[in-house]
Amino acid sequence: MSASIAVRNSGTMLHRSLRHGVRFPMMLVTGLVTPVILLLMFVYIFGGALGSGADGMPGGRSAYLDYIAPSMFLTTVCYGGGTTAVTVSVDMTQGIINRFRTMPISQSALMAGHILGGVLRTLAAVGLIMAAAVGLGFRPHASGVQWVAAAGLLVLVTVGLTCLTIAFGAAAKSPGGANTAVLPLQILPLISSAFVATRTMPTPVRLFAEYQPFTPIINTLRGLLVGGPIGQDAWIAAVWCVGAALIGFTWSRRSFSQRR
Amino acid sequence: MAVSPPAIEVSGLRKAYGDKTVLDGIDLSVPQGSIYALLGPNGAGKTTVVNILTTLLPADSGTARILGDDVRRAERIRPLISVTGQFAAVDNLLTGEENLIMMANLYRLGRGRAKALAAELLEKFDLTAAGKARGVTYSGGMRRRLDLAMTLVAEPRVIFLDEPTTGLDPRSRHAMWEIVRDLTGRGVTIFLTTQYLEEADQLADRIGVLDHGVLVAEGSADELKRRMPGASVRLEFSAAEQLAAAAGLLAEAERDPKALALRVPTDGALRSLRVLLDRLDDAGVEVAKVSVLSADLDDVFLALTERPPDSMERPAAVAGRPTARKEML
Repeated sequence: MSASIAVRNSGTMLHRSLRHGVRFPMMLVTGLVTPVILLLMFVYIFGGALGSGADGMPGGRSAYLDYIAPSMFLTTVCYGGGTTAVTVSVDMTQGIINRFRTMPISQSALMAGHILGGVLRTLAAVGLIMAAAVGLGFRPHASGVQWVAAAGLLVLVTVGLTCLTIAFGAAAKSPGGANTAVLPLQILPLISSAFVATRTMPTPVRLFAEYQPFTPIINTLRGLLVGGPIGQDAWIAAVWCVGAALIGFTWSRRSFSQRR
Repeated sequence: MAVSPPAIEVSGLRKAYGDKTVLDGIDLSVPQGSIYALLGPNGAGKTTVVNILTTLLPADSGTARILGDDVRRAERIRPLISVTGQFAAVDNLLTGEENLIMMANLYRLGRGRAKALAAELLEKFDLTAAGKARGVTYSGGMRRRLDLAMTLVAEPRVIFLDEPTTGLDPRSRHAMWEIVRDLTGRGVTIFLTTQYLEEADQLADRIGVLDHGVLVAEGSADELKRRMPGASVRLEFSAAEQLAAAAGLLAEAERDPKALALRVPTDGALRSLRVLLDRLDDAGVEVAKVSVLSADLDDVFLALTERPPDSMERPAAVAGRPTARKEML
């Protein structure tokens, strides 16, 4: 199978995946509406109280918005992963995967289409949440270089989580199961430095929060966009993302080529 | 000059999952341009045969060739075949037209050709009006038609149809049969699986009866029917005494006391029927109802697969237990 055929087949699959993204009602609800509701909730319900306690930023609601906006970008990536896992599972558990498998096409095209489609769809959702945050008054004071670094990290996180959630979707027995498998990824940000400073947590929770992957990712994003210490977190974040991508990619490859 | 190879040639095909044998040595050969039906009850191994022949599943042993090429060489087989699986493999979120264009794009047909071919296939399969609607809104019959249309985008030489009409209403089933018959006109070979005898009878040049992973019989519909004892006459009576009197006269008859009926073997000729009725008349036995039953594929199937009829899933619309073909007198 020549490379040009693989590229064209993957393009067709990407086109298909993007079309699904627009037409899948779940994409709108969990991928966009949920993060927006969470954003509004944290800013307008908890924001007044939490703003005074957040990491060195006494200043109420608007300071808290600055604090959690980067966290919301990451949370949006996690919710995008839910959609990705479900669309992959739908493909794997309904007849269409066998149709593709019996066709003279590149057999990695379907997975390539899901990865690219999932990344683009999720990044579009992140872009919309960014716009919503700016609409609420989020004013990042990052330099050009910091913006590029922040965007790069968001892309890296998205690639990592997309590969991982594709693996979840490909291994799940049903689309419902795929959705459940991604739930921990959507809850994990709550037990990190995303919404409150980890130093306010009791020791066992704090230790978990400090060493789980979302904390260094959020600290790095926050440091780049609104300032704050980054230190070691930048490369720890990158390692987590690359690790998730590699594990997800390898696992997905196996599931996609295995017949069930 | 080399003789052109059969479309499908299978010998000694075996497959087991753990210690459960699914296929226990299958041999069959399908000439190019013909329709072969693999007939069998649920769980007989039909889908496993299709999966092996379509490169989805490796066999444990034995060989299978499509147009002379070993199915283990998937990259050589896939351009030759097209498959319509048991569960319509249609993309629900795409419209009928988009499904067909996606297939054309995967075969790299070019934009203009893809659009034209999609329109042509929608027309052919009576889906033009639904072409802009999403797959999820299609009825069962429409989905199967779209599925088959997608199968034809590549102009395959061998088409596999795994239970193409399961779950369809009688009208959609007949429409599907028409479509399948049309296909062979173009020299395409069709390998279909079915649990409906009538379907195999209607469509296939040859029928293989598969049961518990073994081909228990193979031949044309007529050849299979010939393997059954011939026709019989069913006589119904209005009273038990009449039945007893008739049974006394006809030693070869099989008695059904509950229904007050007798089943008498016959060669089906009018003359022997007249002789039979005259004998009863002369003895003063009154017959309430006479019907002639010809053996049909149902009888063959049930005899071959040795299962009580109610353990098989068969929609009443296609086959109720040997309703046979009744010719009322």
